[in-house]
Amino acid sequence: MQSEALEGGFPDAPVDAARAFRAAMNAMARPGRIETLAGAVPPAPLSAAAGALILTLCDPETPMHLAGGLDVAGVRDWITFHTGAPLVGPAEAVFAVGQWADLQPLDGYRIGTSEYPDRSATLIVEMPELAPQGAVLTGPGIKESTRLSLPDVAAMRRNAALFPLGIDFFLTSQDRVAALPRSTRVEDN
Amino acid sequence: MSDYNFAYLDEQTKRMIRRAILKGLAVPGYQVPFASREMPMPYGWGTGGVQVSAATLTPEDRFKVIDQGADDTTNAVSIRKFFERTAGVEVTEETEAATIIQTRHRIPEAPLSEDQILVYQVPIPEPLRFLEPRETETRKMHSLEEYGLMHVKLYEDISQHGAIATAYAYPVKVEGRYVMDPSPIPKFDNPKLADCPAIQLFGAGREQRIYALPPYSDVVSLDFEDHPFEASKADHPCDLCGARDSYLDEVITDDRGGRMFVCSDTDYCRTRQAQGHLGAQLAAKQEGAA
Repeated sequence: MQSEALEGGFPDAPVDAARAFRAAMNAMARPGRIETLAGAVPPAPLSAAAGALILTLCDPETPMHLAGGLDVAGVRDWITFHTGAPLVGPAEAVFAVGQWADLQPLDGYRIGTSEYPDRSATLIVEMPELAPQGAVLTGPGIKESTRLSLPDVAAMRRNAALFPLGIDFFLTSQDRVAALPRSTRVEDN
Repeated sequence: MSDYNFAYLDEQTKRMIRRAILKGLAVPGYQVPFASREMPMPYGWGTGGVQVSAATLTPEDRFKVIDQGADDTTNAVSIRKFFERTAGVEVTEETEAATIIQTRHRIPEAPLSEDQILVYQVPIPEPLRFLEPRETETRKMHSLEEYGLMHVKLYEDISQHGAIATAYAYPVKVEGRYVMDPSPIPKFDNPKLADCPAIQLFGAGREQRIYALPPYSDVVSLDFEDHPFEASKADHPCDLCGARDSYLDEVITDDRGGRMFVCSDTDYCRTRQAQGHLGAQLAAKQEGAA
């Protein structure tokens, strides 16, 4: 393990994690809203927002999947040191992080069971950018409708059709985060 | 602040609660199991709400606690002091000034805003529990969306009492899918659950469940076409502030039948009195004193 893995955690974990969680919760409660999520300095290519989400939500109880280009020694070491989350394949993952293409296929992740829909994976999708434009979102947490740049509208619609089962998404880019829970209905423009 | 970790709970516990809150928000109305901890207060005193508040608070928050609408009851005061000491947060009794409001059995009268979070203390999270005691069965009923039993219960109310007699913890259906117990709020408060700009989180400590309503959720009180839901309250104005739109407590004032109706929301009542609104009994008392 390189010593860089020891750097870049929350300087004041209880307080920084509380602030990060507030941003993450606001994002999940208000799908499409873009929040700022700072405080973590993870190794490249992990974004600051994805790093903060991982520090806030992951620990030895949450198996994680690192997809594609994120499955590199620097990121593995950093996550292992700071969270202790076991690194696993998609089928066992509680959290998965990666670029959209690397996270495919979506049907490899847990979507919960009809009696326990909460036992589903949360995907942290690294995006080139996040913008309040593109697909139209409606549903719980959204006053009328809102817009968010999504990586794949058809896939999100298929996921929403599984409700109350399904995957929940955080979309991250640099220090910004938005969320798309399974409850959100997605339409093309 | 002090020798406690921020907001009392250890970080791993907070992460576990935070994950449950996020799943609760993703599946509105569904009860997410969580590993509820022992808190330094007895079960039944709001341990679920306290754990949700602890996982949600940030140092910048202003925290308000109400118990049956009142800021000054034992339960509310002790929980407020608890977080004042362990999280170092500011506290307030003003609904509008608070960013997180932990509540037992009421929704404040003042409208909530997008910047607020309402945390409910929940004794029995399972709306079907008194109809079906087995958790394995109620879980199956939720998964199959089999809520006929609840309608039978409401119908039996009608056949016995001529109207739906359920006055609190009145069941609601969330986003057309899950039937949810709104905690023992009076049914007067049920309409405020729907289309609420604030995030609503529900914590049941003893029963180890967390559930949530994202803002602007569709929340419908169960009813029948010929017996529609009715939000009811005592037909009386508040005797202190004269409000006709607030939920009232009936207070017995002597042993000769004396009584008064007062707002259960103490902040609302105090604010109205400060604005010069005067209820019948308070006016009479001031005249007597003058």
